[in-house]
Amino acid sequence: MTAIPNGITIERWTRSSQLALGSVAVALVLFAIAPLTLGAGAIDRLTALFIYVILAAMWNALAGFGGLVSVGQQVFFGLGAYFTIRLADAGLNPFLSLFAAALITGAISLPLSFFMLRLKGGEFAIGMWVISALTHMLVNLDRLIQGETGTSLISLNVYESGTRRVVIYWLALASMAALLGILFALLRSRAGAAIQAIRDNEDAATSLGVRVIATKRLLFVLAAFGIAVAGALWLATSTTFQPKTYFSVQWTAYMIFMVLVGGIGKFEGAILGAVLFFVIETFFGAMGVWYLIGLGATAVLFSLFLPHGLWGEIERRFDLRLLPVGYRLKLPGPTKIQWNQ
Amino acid sequence: MTILSVQNLDVRHGLLQAVRDVSFDLAKGDVLALVGANGAGKTTLLRSLAGAHLPAAGRILLNDQELTLVPSHRRIAMGIALVPEGRRLFSQMTVEENLLLGKTSGRLGDWTIDRVFSAFPNLVPRRHAKTGHLSGGEQQATAIGRALMSNPDILLLDEVSLGLSPLVVDRVYAQLQSLLTSGTTIILVEQDLGRAMGVASRVICMLEGRVVLDSPAKNVTRDQVTKAYFGLHRANTGRAAS
Amino acid sequence: MIDTLIQGILLGGYYAVIACGLSFMFSVMRIINLAHGSLAVAAAYGLWLLASKFGISPFAGLLIVLPAMAAIGWLLQRYLLERSARGGALLPILTTFGLAIVIDNLMFEQFGADTRSLAPFIGSLSYDSWELPGGIYVGKLAVMTMATAIALLGGLQLFLSRFALGRAIRATAEDPDTAGLVGIDARKANALAAAIAMVTVGIAGAFLAMRATFDPYSGGPQLLFAFEAAVIGGAGSLWGTLIGGIVLGLAQSLGAQVHPQGFLIGGHVVFLAVLFARLFLVGTPIIGRIGFTKTGFAKIRAAIRSTP
Repeated sequence: MTAIPNGITIERWTRSSQLALGSVAVALVLFAIAPLTLGAGAIDRLTALFIYVILAAMWNALAGFGGLVSVGQQVFFGLGAYFTIRLADAGLNPFLSLFAAALITGAISLPLSFFMLRLKGGEFAIGMWVISALTHMLVNLDRLIQGETGTSLISLNVYESGTRRVVIYWLALASMAALLGILFALLRSRAGAAIQAIRDNEDAATSLGVRVIATKRLLFVLAAFGIAVAGALWLATSTTFQPKTYFSVQWTAYMIFMVLVGGIGKFEGAILGAVLFFVIETFFGAMGVWYLIGLGATAVLFSLFLPHGLWGEIERRFDLRLLPVGYRLKLPGPTKIQWNQ
Repeated sequence: MTILSVQNLDVRHGLLQAVRDVSFDLAKGDVLALVGANGAGKTTLLRSLAGAHLPAAGRILLNDQELTLVPSHRRIAMGIALVPEGRRLFSQMTVEENLLLGKTSGRLGDWTIDRVFSAFPNLVPRRHAKTGHLSGGEQQATAIGRALMSNPDILLLDEVSLGLSPLVVDRVYAQLQSLLTSGTTIILVEQDLGRAMGVASRVICMLEGRVVLDSPAKNVTRDQVTKAYFGLHRANTGRAAS
Repeated sequence: MIDTLIQGILLGGYYAVIACGLSFMFSVMRIINLAHGSLAVAAAYGLWLLASKFGISPFAGLLIVLPAMAAIGWLLQRYLLERSARGGALLPILTTFGLAIVIDNLMFEQFGADTRSLAPFIGSLSYDSWELPGGIYVGKLAVMTMATAIALLGGLQLFLSRFALGRAIRATAEDPDTAGLVGIDARKANALAAAIAMVTVGIAGAFLAMRATFDPYSGGPQLLFAFEAAVIGGAGSLWGTLIGGIVLGLAQSLGAQVHPQGFLIGGHVVFLAVLFARLFLVGTPIIGRIGFTKTGFAKIRAAIRSTP
């Protein structure tokens, strides 16, 4: 039997995606040298942006790719910060503490996953919230934290504030790039194909031999680690640690907003959502409660009317895929096919 | 007297067209046997008559009332009841509860829960059993009874013999006998050609969504129906089966 | 000790009231409403507003608030939940979470951060108690809450098993497509179920406000309690919710004896322990269908027997 050449090729990179990746590299370089020209306020804001991107990407990895919606991811945010305080208090260099804390949190999430991943849907969502509430209370019991009064990452004060700010900025930039890179590589790998298979149809994936639970576990631990990094970085920028702030369900609200608006299950979507959130926060954050109401209402509206998020719509309309984590079928000839999802 | 009129009906499953340009009229008291291979579109046609599946084009008229886009829960009040393929009973609910649900539309008529139990005496000892625990034949009887409880003008029976052993199917058909001869209008989808032609007053054969044969039962032989069933009557046109 | 046990059991009555709506909604519509707690708090604020601005007693206020809650349930289902459920199982979680954020912050905007309570408006009911032999005091309000819980659960059970509308709701929950084929308007059945669930939420809000204080952000913790009680009660009859509530109440009350923070910690720990036991020892579904007959418990027994 001879194969009939039909002119169809499979490609992973398109011109636009190659351009995009090039632009990302350029952007990273620009961000890296930015502190030379920017003022303190701008550096702080950009650091926040990088943290938001991490949060969005991680929550998206869990929910959009793993199908695990969690309303309790703030537990890892808080633990990242908490362990940083603890390690710094024990004498470890504060910058090292940041990453050690994230590693510890990631390690803790592994046994947790054996338990939580057996829950489905809404039960998993609220179950994680319970874990978060419990962890919050247990952290409060630690005398070092002094309950809701909180404490500070005092050992950071050793460094001069300007240097400190820039170092934290670079750490945040590097973490963001690294985590995004890991996620990108993961999604393009075999595990990534498995992840996307699970996202599309779990039963079908199982029947093909995809190890569903192991794959979900990988995402769970990665998200925990990533969010812990974000929490530790947030601590580094704000220096104070009040459990209520770090373990607040508000963080999940932000993550949900970013991912819903950006595009759930789309790699580019999380980044877009974080940027939008950052912009909205910059302009409307001062409005207090109305800002939060707006966030919630927007999330509701998007979930009802634009469930694929802005990037999902862009992808649909313009068939644009910038950061290719899947495969594209290139058909011969000038036909343009509308993909219905 | 035409009770049901189907005009140029087109029904789709997504992009797949299951029913193509089907038209027929049904007179009161007709027993119509709808036959055809799997995938011919019989169940889809029945479901669109019952309102479970809305058509893409065409019309359905019941006693001259436009039925085409009426949602399923209102069609039963208008007099069409479907006994779905595979029974589709509420397995967590008892036989009695399933039958009582049939009364939801509130239509009046001869059929009461007692009459159903006397028509299907094998259900009496299972009255308070959950339908999930019943045998195939008992489930089929319950499903038919449930449809009857709405006192329908037209009863749609989708593959009542599906998954049942021949003896049980005999029993089900025996139970249906009084119904079949009582003047109720019935559309019956049945894989078993012999049985179908044994009870029908009219036969429609479908192939790939189209009507390929439509005739009073007494005017057509089994052979002719079989040919239509497999599309053999088209062999002379030289077209490959698509 | 006896005192603590009784307090715990009676507290369970409150948890049963707030959990039954969550359980019911999940059973019928397969949606976990993350705005559940916030809606209860909203009802509490409604009653408080009527009492403090118009002098309407909370019990009379219920006559206004409960129908309003029913209407809210109906609208919620028709315009929000139904639509989001079509987007898959995960979308309703996001939608209801967003809704909870909106409700919580709207209440903050309206009423400010102060904690409120209905206690001043119910006279001595908030602290009256009966004396039992042995010098034990039992709060009248707590007993009333427990009695209401039992009445609610029993009433729901009766409605679902004996009434045509109840059967219609059960049928829709099991198979909405076929329910349509027997003449049930699935959308109406679900909207009715949501309305019923919201009425129970309103009642829960009333009891919350009468026995304790509340603030705009109390919704989250209340949701967690409702969820925990529902899950501990597990698959089975509506009565499982009562048992779940009691276990939670006991865990919290006993925990409080151990440590100042023990109240909440105790509840969460027991919840996780029950979850653990169920996941690894029994393997039955967590929040399953509400068993509409008494065979719900038989299912659990059978599952225990069949575990290797």
